Amino acid sequence: MTTTYEHNVVLKSGDDKFKVIGTRPIRHDGADKVTGRALYGADFQTAGLLHGKILRSPHAHARIKSIDTSAAEKLPGVRAVVTAKDMPQTTGDVSMGEAGAQNVAFLRGNVLASGKALYKGHAVAAVAATSPHIAEEAIGLIKVDYEVLPAALTAPEAMKKGASILHSDLKMTEFGQKTNQVNNIATHFQHKKGDVEKGFKEADVVIEREFTTQTVHQGYIEPHNVAALWNQDGRLLIWCSTQGSFFVRNATAKVLDLPESQIRVTPMEIGGGFGGKINVYLEPVAALLSKKAGHRHVKMVMTRQEVFEGTGPTPGSYMKVKIGAKKNGKIVAAQSYLAFEAGAFPGSPVGAAAMCVFAPYDIANGLIDGYDVLVNKPKTAAYRAPGATHAAFAVETIVDEIAEKLKIDPLELRLMNAAKEGVRRVDGPVFPRIGCVEVLEAMKNHPHYKAPIKGKNVARGVAIGFWFNVGLQSSCTIAVNPDGTVNLTEGSTDIGGTRASLAMQAAEVLGIRAEDVHPTVVDTDSIGFTAVTGGSRVAFATGWAAYEAAQDVVKQMTARAAKIWGVEADSVEMVDGVFRSKTDTELKLSFKDLSEQLNDTGGPVIGRATVDPQGVGGSFAGNIVDVEVDPETGKTQVLRFTVVQDAGKAVHPSYVEGQMQGGSVQGIGWGLNEEYFYGSSGQMANPTFLDYRMPTTLDLPMIDTVIVEVANPGHPYGVRGVGEAPIVPPPAALANAVGHAVGVRMTKLPMSPGTIMEAVWQSKKK
Amino acid sequence: MPTKTYVQTTINGENVEFLCEPRQSLLECLRDVVQLTGSKEGCNDGNCGACTVMMDGRIVDSCLVLGVEAQGAKITTIEGIAPAGGLHPVQQAFLENAALQCGICTPGFIVSSKALLDKEPNPSEERIRFWLAGNLCRCTGYDKIVRAVEDASAKMSKGKKK
Ligand code: FES
Ligand code: FES
Repeated sequence: MTTTYEHNVVLKSGDDKFKVIGTRPIRHDGADKVTGRALYGADFQTAGLLHGKILRSPHAHARIKSIDTSAAEKLPGVRAVVTAKDMPQTTGDVSMGEAGAQNVAFLRGNVLASGKALYKGHAVAAVAATSPHIAEEAIGLIKVDYEVLPAALTAPEAMKKGASILHSDLKMTEFGQKTNQVNNIATHFQHKKGDVEKGFKEADVVIEREFTTQTVHQGYIEPHNVAALWNQDGRLLIWCSTQGSFFVRNATAKVLDLPESQIRVTPMEIGGGFGGKINVYLEPVAALLSKKAGHRHVKMVMTRQEVFEGTGPTPGSYMKVKIGAKKNGKIVAAQSYLAFEAGAFPGSPVGAAAMCVFAPYDIANGLIDGYDVLVNKPKTAAYRAPGATHAAFAVETIVDEIAEKLKIDPLELRLMNAAKEGVRRVDGPVFPRIGCVEVLEAMKNHPHYKAPIKGKNVARGVAIGFWFNVGLQSSCTIAVNPDGTVNLTEGSTDIGGTRASLAMQAAEVLGIRAEDVHPTVVDTDSIGFTAVTGGSRVAFATGWAAYEAAQDVVKQMTARAAKIWGVEADSVEMVDGVFRSKTDTELKLSFKDLSEQLNDTGGPVIGRATVDPQGVGGSFAGNIVDVEVDPETGKTQVLRFTVVQDAGKAVHPSYVEGQMQGGSVQGIGWGLNEEYFYGSSGQMANPTFLDYRMPTTLDLPMIDTVIVEVANPGHPYGVRGVGEAPIVPPPAALANAVGHAVGVRMTKLPMSPGTIMEAVWQSKKK
Repeated sequence: MPTKTYVQTTINGENVEFLCEPRQSLLECLRDVVQLTGSKEGCNDGNCGACTVMMDGRIVDSCLVLGVEAQGAKITTIEGIAPAGGLHPVQQAFLENAALQCGICTPGFIVSSKALLDKEPNPSEERIRFWLAGNLCRCTGYDKIVRAVEDASAKMSKGKKK
């Protein structure tokens, strides 16, 4: 194919006059990361370091009758052994940002099982020893007496009468009220808008289908890790790769019954997270081992199998969706039943799924039922736009089918129903300015959408998806150096180049180059509270803190210039990085020249800001995908892929494109290939990267991007979060493409060769 | 009885001697014994490529090699890629093309990519994708990585012509 179009396009909003925002400087931590010098959590070294290992349950559901650690303790080199008995029995909640709040008893129960093991891989005991190999030998010497119980493995199964109950003391919450029922349903909620029955009566076409998806993992390449020293003075020092150093501090404090201020968390570089590195797994355990071993440094690094089996994946789900439309394509009613697996403790992303499920559309009558269902699988964690991908897979498949039935172009049908500013979502909120229409228009105008579809068994699919994004608190300080550069200090761990996007926002205010800002991510003793790197919030909220801290610098430096010149502060202004008198053109100083004089004219300048922005802007992403499905084997090859997304304002377009491409490919893996294979007793059969196969270079084409910029009125530069939305539409777009290629609608993820062939055979039987 | 074995090897052009247990992998020896932590562990079973190093002219997953096998070998790790006084064109291209996000896969990709370009200065996109299929990246979707290798290839062959 001749490609005469541009692979990566930015559709700019209006005539912005930014000097730094929208450019593509080299990231500040780049040299360290291409030379192997950057220090990630597992790279922590110190003299006398001990190594910890965890013993995990081989059963999906079992009562722990006794644990005998005596043989392990006697092994030469072993310095400490801990079990759930070593943990204090604290209560309360820990806030996890977009992942909601977590009950401390559940958090503790997940860190080390007490009473029952609730999934295969559930941590039961831990050992610290002088080498990781000795620690591993030692856990093999711990004897646990289990009484194996029947396991409940999927939401529909766990909701049935007579299912094995995970928590006999957990009463179902329904419509916001605690009931007296004990079942595996932690929560049932409902959102209603208009009259859905009436809506369906008005519809000319109604389509209803059931969908299932399987457990998938975030698949970050770096396993979870920690090093901890519980010092003799009572302070607990933690080094780890986390998305939220303050969350680690708060959660560990709650679990160990310590004041937060007694803990210092130093975020190491982090090798991917995607939502999965918010929760704590190892931190409290390493702390307990450190103390028990006589205040020694203890390092723990998970194996890949432990990451799959012992940390939170995103859940499997069962969904039933029904949508009705008029002949002209107008959607008049939509209903969904969403049952999501929480894993072993409450807290699936079903709430977020319900917020996103019908979000791209203006629907007069809607009804959403959500169920958070306990099953004997790892406690699920956030995964990039948690819940939204599942929901989009179901809804976008049906919307596509309606378009097909009514013989309307699928993008036209979506445009006709697209959500806009002022539209109320079924779950309540009214949209501010959003870019749903603009994204759909850009898809329609893309050369990919206009290109002919060539070849047998080749077909095209489209889909759109939404993620609401979050704001939350961030802190930032900026110290001015005498040479006119600045040091920016912040608390958001940098997973994908955010040091650069924060530095750029500060540089724009200060009128200096991005390279003249030195950003550093610091520990929890050294910066004010900063919420997790999650919810696509860093470029938005911490970016805003950087913007405000820079404004504070400008204010102080303006006053200083006035002081030097002996004039009123309000007669001085800063324009394009130059401080000047509004009345006397002789009086001016560049940022650099004034910086040089600061120390001797009243002392150094440090700007600071803390923010809790409310004007968060949701983001829409859409895909156009061409696939070829082998009719003999059911294998799907992605031939061409385009992702379009509203970024509000792309601070560093390359890293925005990177988010779009990375999210798309995770979505492709989820759509076509990835799943936890479970045997009937709840054992994961594929806990390696060989068998849990994520997309490789060879499986993919280039991923073309279009950044649409519909400025978010809630941010000084118009920034929206961009990290999560791109994972939402791919499985849906692929399902539509595969569906067109084989002539059968796909209702199960992943669309592996087996799933596709089965669907084809089933349809032939009918 | 001593429990460790003496190993003499060459790492990044320097003579290195260390003691290791027979059960320790080369990756573990590099990281924990010699303290070269640039090579990363993503899986410890040969499926992610984060631990890629050059050993006697071939790329290997160092988690699948035993430390004792380094005896007499010539090893290049990510720490040995940059020439004195700057970055290797592959490293520079990764930065300029934003080919890394979290960066944990980057050492492996750079070692693999350099090995490819040393052998085949002008690989096609297909060839690059084939060569790098043993390195997993979960962040980038590979687009910018493939472009970075193409970019480095173009710049390196331009540099040679001059
Ligand atoms: S750590 Fe060696 S291949 Fe993954
Ligand atoms: S950049 Fe994160 S795994 Fe490749």
